[in-house]
Amino acid sequence: MKNMPKICIVVPAYNEEANIASVIGSLKTCNPEFTVVVVNDGSSDRTGRVAESTNQAVVLNLPCNLGIGGGVQTGFRFAAQNGFDIAVQFDGDGQHIAEEIQKILSPILGGTADVVIGSRFIDHGQAGFKSTGMRRIGIRIFSILNSIIVKQKITDNTSGFRAYNREAFCMLARYYSADYPEPEAVILLGKNGFRMQEVAVEMRARQGGTSSIHGLKSAYYMFKVITSILITAIRPLVKRETLK
Amino acid sequence: MNSLLLNILTDRVQIIAATGSAGLLFVIIRLIQKRRLREEYALLWIAVSILFAVISFFTPLLEMLAKLAGIIYAPSALLLFLCIGIILILIHYSIVISRLSDQNKKLIQDLALLKNRLGIGYEQEKP
Repeated sequence: MKNMPKICIVVPAYNEEANIASVIGSLKTCNPEFTVVVVNDGSSDRTGRVAESTNQAVVLNLPCNLGIGGGVQTGFRFAAQNGFDIAVQFDGDGQHIAEEIQKILSPILGGTADVVIGSRFIDHGQAGFKSTGMRRIGIRIFSILNSIIVKQKITDNTSGFRAYNREAFCMLARYYSADYPEPEAVILLGKNGFRMQEVAVEMRARQGGTSSIHGLKSAYYMFKVITSILITAIRPLVKRETLK
Repeated sequence: MNSLLLNILTDRVQIIAATGSAGLLFVIIRLIQKRRLREEYALLWIAVSILFAVISFFTPLLEMLAKLAGIIYAPSALLLFLCIGIILILIHYSIVISRLSDQNKKLIQDLALLKNRLGIGYEQEKP
């Protein structure tokens, strides 16, 4: 019989001392076999300490704040160095639901996808948090742009709830931007021929802390992400045989 | 009378430009000498200040370049070349900064991964 695949849950956390312990707990309750890797992205609060005190997670303490992409990438590099088969990105703020991980894992375990994105927008009958007004417009713009470029409709490009197989996260371990990487990663993966699939998941509104994107920052966010998407679209392909 | 005045004005612009660029060259070389500026980052500065000094000293060269660029008033060509030089330097700096931040990101990540591998946790680090 084939060995169980080694699964690494990458949890980026920046100033999440209020949520991190329960996030780790929920992941471990869901499946004790998961290796939970908390990337403490230079938090100024006790996130790192709280995460370590649970004794249930590998904690990578970044000495400075790199931004969500730089943090998640650290987790991908950890997974690449330690021979994991699958990496799941799972936010440290408690908005993702541990029980939903099985849904985004199954297409990868079944070998039908290389990348699975947990989407809030596929199944309209479903309840749960769908983000707020202006934000949904931005998400819609990414969806249209990305659908044109990768010729596949991705409804939730900003979702940080994703699963990657080894080849996919090994590529991202090398190429991933430091801030707001999710929409452009879709382009990078799609253009390089990775099979992407979206599955409907529920998300919660955040439990504590504040979101990292608001006000003027959202204008910068849109401009930066759209530029990165377009640049990624015209970049040369990655040599996939060099990845694993 | 009018053309004499124009000549003096023209000369003055060029004298200022020539002195300025010679001064710039001097400052840059002094900075390198004192190791406060590394040569590879100063190459563009040196090139720009030499070029600028040359075209402001040799009026005919400046006039020829101005004519080539379709500029009627030669000294204003100085301004154009100055702008081009500064833009090149700024682009160079953006490249250097991008490279530095990439290297910095990699170092920060490596540090965190290495600390983990060595078993240095939060508690050991900040007692």
